[in-house]
Amino acid sequence: MSALNLIISALLLTAISGLPGLCFSRFSPWSQRIAVGFMSLGALAGLAGAGLALHHAPMTTAELPWPAIGQAMIGVDALSAFFLVPILLMGGLGSVYGLGYWSQQRHPGTGQKLRVFWGLLVAGMTLLTIGRHALSFLLGWEIMALSAFFLVTTEDQREESRRAGWIYLVATHVGTLTLFGLFVLWRWTTGSYILTPVASGTLSLGLMNGLFFLALFGFGLKSGLMPLHIWLPGAHACAPSHVSAMLSGVVLKTGVYGLVRFLSLFPDPPAAWGGLLLVLGAISGLLGVVYALAQHDLKRLLAYHSVENIGIIFMGLGVAMLGRSTHQPEWVVLGLAGCLLHVWNHSFFKALLFLCAGSVIHGARERRIDRLGGLAKVMPWTAALFLVGAVAICGLPPLNGFVSEFFVFLGLLRTALSNGAGMAAATLVPVLAVIGALALACFVKVYGAVFLGTPRLPPTTPVHESPVTMRGPMLALAACCVLIGLAPALVAPSLDRVIAIWWPGQTLTTPRLALLAPLNEISFLAITLVTLSAGLVWLLAPGRRRIPRVGTWDCGYAQPTSRMQYTASSFAQSLVGLFHWALRPHRVQPRLPEPFPATAAMHSHVDDAVLDRMILPAGQRMERLFGWFHRFQQGLVQHYVLYILITLLLMLSTLISFKDLLVRLFAR
Amino acid sequence: MIHLLNAILVLVLMMNLFALGTSRIMTVIQTVAAQGALLSLIPLLAHGHLTLPVALATIAALALKGIAIPSMMAHALRDANIKREVEPLIGLLPSIILGALGTVFALLFASQLPLAGEHADSLLVPASFATMLTGFIFLTTRFKALSQVLGYLVLENGIFIFGMLLINVMPLMVEMGVLLDLFVGIFVICIIVNKINQSFSSMDTRQLVSLKE
Repeated sequence: MSALNLIISALLLTAISGLPGLCFSRFSPWSQRIAVGFMSLGALAGLAGAGLALHHAPMTTAELPWPAIGQAMIGVDALSAFFLVPILLMGGLGSVYGLGYWSQQRHPGTGQKLRVFWGLLVAGMTLLTIGRHALSFLLGWEIMALSAFFLVTTEDQREESRRAGWIYLVATHVGTLTLFGLFVLWRWTTGSYILTPVASGTLSLGLMNGLFFLALFGFGLKSGLMPLHIWLPGAHACAPSHVSAMLSGVVLKTGVYGLVRFLSLFPDPPAAWGGLLLVLGAISGLLGVVYALAQHDLKRLLAYHSVENIGIIFMGLGVAMLGRSTHQPEWVVLGLAGCLLHVWNHSFFKALLFLCAGSVIHGARERRIDRLGGLAKVMPWTAALFLVGAVAICGLPPLNGFVSEFFVFLGLLRTALSNGAGMAAATLVPVLAVIGALALACFVKVYGAVFLGTPRLPPTTPVHESPVTMRGPMLALAACCVLIGLAPALVAPSLDRVIAIWWPGQTLTTPRLALLAPLNEISFLAITLVTLSAGLVWLLAPGRRRIPRVGTWDCGYAQPTSRMQYTASSFAQSLVGLFHWALRPHRVQPRLPEPFPATAAMHSHVDDAVLDRMILPAGQRMERLFGWFHRFQQGLVQHYVLYILITLLLMLSTLISFKDLLVRLFAR
Repeated sequence: MIHLLNAILVLVLMMNLFALGTSRIMTVIQTVAAQGALLSLIPLLAHGHLTLPVALATIAALALKGIAIPSMMAHALRDANIKREVEPLIGLLPSIILGALGTVFALLFASQLPLAGEHADSLLVPASFATMLTGFIFLTTRFKALSQVLGYLVLENGIFIFGMLLINVMPLMVEMGVLLDLFVGIFVICIIVNKINQSFSSMDTRQLVSLKE
């Protein structure tokens, strides 16, 4: 069976996975079981297909039987297959996770809807990655965008869900509109909707720039690049956690896929593109992590970390583009390897973190970081798995985040060896380092506040560990993180294949990744680290020596409460103060004039830089400006019919030549 | 044959003006029903010879426009317990004048159109435009829900007359589809009229503004 057939069967299986469940009663567990069965089967078939395509380099294509547009090409090459892996893996694991997290018994009203759109989302993303024709790509893109909207608004009885859903819908439609523009321009310049590389020197620079900026805006909006990330925090925070994991881990990557695929079609890009991608990536990475530091909501915080990681991915892509413009194959290999591997890694560890957050919400019914605490004792599995994800996202060895960030570092440092434009790129090395450091601070804050310390929840709250259906998918994702971290040489051949097809018409032979990056040394270092820490844990294990339990020194205070711990906000306060210029936190705090003040409350929050400070005020100003227009919109049907009539008469009267009419009238 | 056709169309134009000048809704319903019935005879005349599809179209149009729809509306009228269109946006006499002006405009306009030879001396095009304009006048100046429905019916009659230009090439299926649409539309509207009456205790469509966001 060929790779393409396997992937098409995966597409069909996932697309229909939620439908049989609609025939069952809302309280029957079978609708969910059947959907999970279909999804797992589809995911397995698709992963097998993607694996085949990753190992056999030649691209297989077929024509989609769709008479409306003639020849809708679909095809699988290594690049499609590479992006298909996280899509299908997360599609299958997420639906299994849903068995525990969003079980049909506990959510009879929304479960069936959620699973229908879950399947469609995965199918849409599969279609867009195998689309080789603008229309099949757009079809997949729209199926994905709309099903994601219905998934974000799963709990549409909550106002914040509806608001997040609308913002997402507006953002995604603006993106789709841009893509329409992009593909129309593509058709106009190349004469066909089929996405194949153009020959060198056929496009003028102005046209190429036009195509590039349309692609950057459309795909950047989906991937949540910094000034375009407006929809992302709200949508991620309001969706059910496995949907957030899917959105953050996989849906954002379709934007990256679109851009990577589209850039592969241009023969000789200007160096400015690479530079712009690098700068945008650096801004996105830095501001993403700074905003994450200031968040109080667990899922919003993780959402801003997606912005950060997309920034790192774009930095890798920027290095690769610079390498193509300046004909430096080493930069291309290291940059693109960092970009692509970080796509995989981010989809593993971010999905893992969101699933852990879901587990926390499932167990403790609370997602405000400052209300949680001490969960490691009741939820040991979740705590351990969250730790794995946190270490990975901070880019620390021995896990996978380190490997991909290391590739980007190596690529950036390579540019420093050159003399010329590439030197400027090397100045971004410290920025990347700062991003890593801030991410580490942020996750120390989250882990310390949520899992360590003593519980802040009222002691009556029943907190419990998640069922095995939720822990299984989390374990699988953590295993992927560990595997890539320990043995990056396993993924190097696949990366080499993708890089080879990404640079069409190159004359220089691209060196293999294994020659440019010290993969074996990374493995060695990682295994040593794991062994050392395992030894340390064994030495300090509580079974080996008695740990005396005494109260902490409490300054002689007689009645300490759990509210006297360091909170997440207080931990982050100094860093938030450092980035005051970007965050501009609002703090509402009471004045306490007397020695014995009454009960008072203080709170602080940080508005989003783009949505809350630019777009919403601008929208309100527009609304005031167009206030006078409301007199034409009274809600009276009669008026509307009158408008139609006036338009009709005006259009008809353009048919009459009034001169002839007057002449004829008076001639009678 | 063309004289008979034109005579019918003149009658239709007069019915337009009569409907505009009446305030009793029952009378308007009857007028529009008579107009519809009259129009359903046109296919017979336009064709000249009787074929099965034409006969079917005629019978169906006659049954729906002449009998089924008016009786539904009369029923809705009885339920709603109103008799007259009080306080239209413009008075009855001005609406007749407006209708007459519309008819003149339609005649002038049609004389400007480059029509095919066989339609040049028939009144089909001007009558169609005039009837559509009458429908629009109904829709924009009357506020009772049932008058709105009547406006749509008159508008549809105008479109029907225009469709007669194409009677030789329009398949029976299209004709039947249009009739079915009309029937279902009116059927639904009559139910809605009843609901509006229950919810707002009035048939005045201006009350619906309160549903606006």
